[in-house]
Amino acid sequence: MAENKFIVRAAPFLKQREDVKTIMWTVLIALLPATLWALYLYRFRALSVILFTLLFTQLFEIIFLRIRGNKNIIESAFDGSALVTALLLALNLPSGSPWWMCAIGGFVAMLFGKHVYGGLGNNPFNPALVARVFLLLSFPTIMNTWTVGLNPDIITGATPLGLMKTEGLQAIQNLDLWRLFIGLPVESIGGGSIGEISELAILAGGLLLIARGIIKPLIPIIYILTVFIFTGIMYFVNPAAYANPIFHMVTGGLFLGAFFMATDFVTTPLTMKGKFIFALGCGIITSLIRLFGSYPEGVSFSILIMNALTPTIDKFTKTKKFGG
Amino acid sequence: MGNLIIIAIDAMLISNIVLMRFLGICPYVGVSKRQGTALGMGFAVIFVMTFATVISFLIQRLILDKFGLQYLQTIVFILVIASLVQMVEIMMKKVAPALFHALGIYLPLITTNCAILGVAFLTIQKDYSFVQGLVFSITAGIGYMIAIFIFAGIREKFDFADIPKPFQDASIALITAGLLSMAFFGFAGIVKL
Repeated sequence: MAENKFIVRAAPFLKQREDVKTIMWTVLIALLPATLWALYLYRFRALSVILFTLLFTQLFEIIFLRIRGNKNIIESAFDGSALVTALLLALNLPSGSPWWMCAIGGFVAMLFGKHVYGGLGNNPFNPALVARVFLLLSFPTIMNTWTVGLNPDIITGATPLGLMKTEGLQAIQNLDLWRLFIGLPVESIGGGSIGEISELAILAGGLLLIARGIIKPLIPIIYILTVFIFTGIMYFVNPAAYANPIFHMVTGGLFLGAFFMATDFVTTPLTMKGKFIFALGCGIITSLIRLFGSYPEGVSFSILIMNALTPTIDKFTKTKKFGG
Repeated sequence: MGNLIIIAIDAMLISNIVLMRFLGICPYVGVSKRQGTALGMGFAVIFVMTFATVISFLIQRLILDKFGLQYLQTIVFILVIASLVQMVEIMMKKVAPALFHALGIYLPLITTNCAILGVAFLTIQKDYSFVQGLVFSITAGIGYMIAIFIFAGIREKFDFADIPKPFQDASIALITAGLLSMAFFGFAGIVKL
């Protein structure tokens, strides 16, 4: 008798195990290169920031889930989403941030970023960015004290973008852009937030996310390209006043923001057209803030502003029903 | 001209009347549950704001300054703006019923709003010329419309969210407005007045 090869089953025909937990852990693995590079550059001063942020954020996640009366705390609290938020927040803080700042960041991210809106999936803003901007506005001195990497003495220095803002273009003219891309420390130049220093490491993690199908490459590509074209036009018009577009790509949090924060599922538009508008807006606002604003870096602000616009973009890019 | 563009961008984004000056919060929270009504409110604000600023500017320059009565500014502005808008409403009902129905309930709602009075005061305080004041009041109104339209978009999604009971309605709206205003801090200094 021939073996029956036609197996009749009801939908859904899922082959892959893909739930919140798998996705969150993949994102955590994708953040590993940037995290390891941060640990290599800043050793204990990065380790303490990362550990404290992870610890406090996870703690507040459990507390708020409990207050909200979640029936399945173990499952909900350890799906990894709090850890992703925490790690992204930690990578967005300067090395040697005090423990209480990590705690406040975790508190704000979990309460105002997530749980007041009803938890994971309902938040209009990216929780990690809410916390980062909150800390930046509340503790500007600590959030703008950058140290030089790979140096046993704690030497502070402005970031390349900060230098450009305060000292003008000539201060950053001789920087080796290749070194900045790889993330090697430069004499007397502060690196920046611990996780944004090596664009190479972030790119590696980002490619993993794209390869695993967690994110689509549209948003990062359009975002980075928009910044490149915008700053490129300004550079082309007046190279004496504006920095090289490559410089804008390899400094600041552009790569970290574009690959890991502008691609959050919850807070970005659903359709391809919507994603395109989202990334374009992020790129334009980032460039505007970097070139003309008071803040040296605009990635977190621009993503938050576009997060706010996401429901409106979704409304106007709704796909037509077939035959409708 | 360049100066007017700077005033316009500043009024719309950088010193946004709601998100940076925290004026007009009550209608901002009150009528932002749907984007349609938010848009209606936005148009009403632009209309009343421009109208009130122009009238109060003329009163300030032609009457109060001339006779040294600047100390009467507050009470005169409040009374004049409130009564004028009521009169305009009555006239509009007769002359332009379509516009009257479009603005509907929003017109009386914002007659005595702090945002309207605030813009009238700021125009005098910043010593703007008539044209500058006109541009400032229109763009401040547009800034209000942008802010309330974006905000209503976010709030529409709350219908489907499991928001904890103590945070429902006004409190989540105020928290969200706070976060939005944090995001708008990024625009600081894009143009310098």
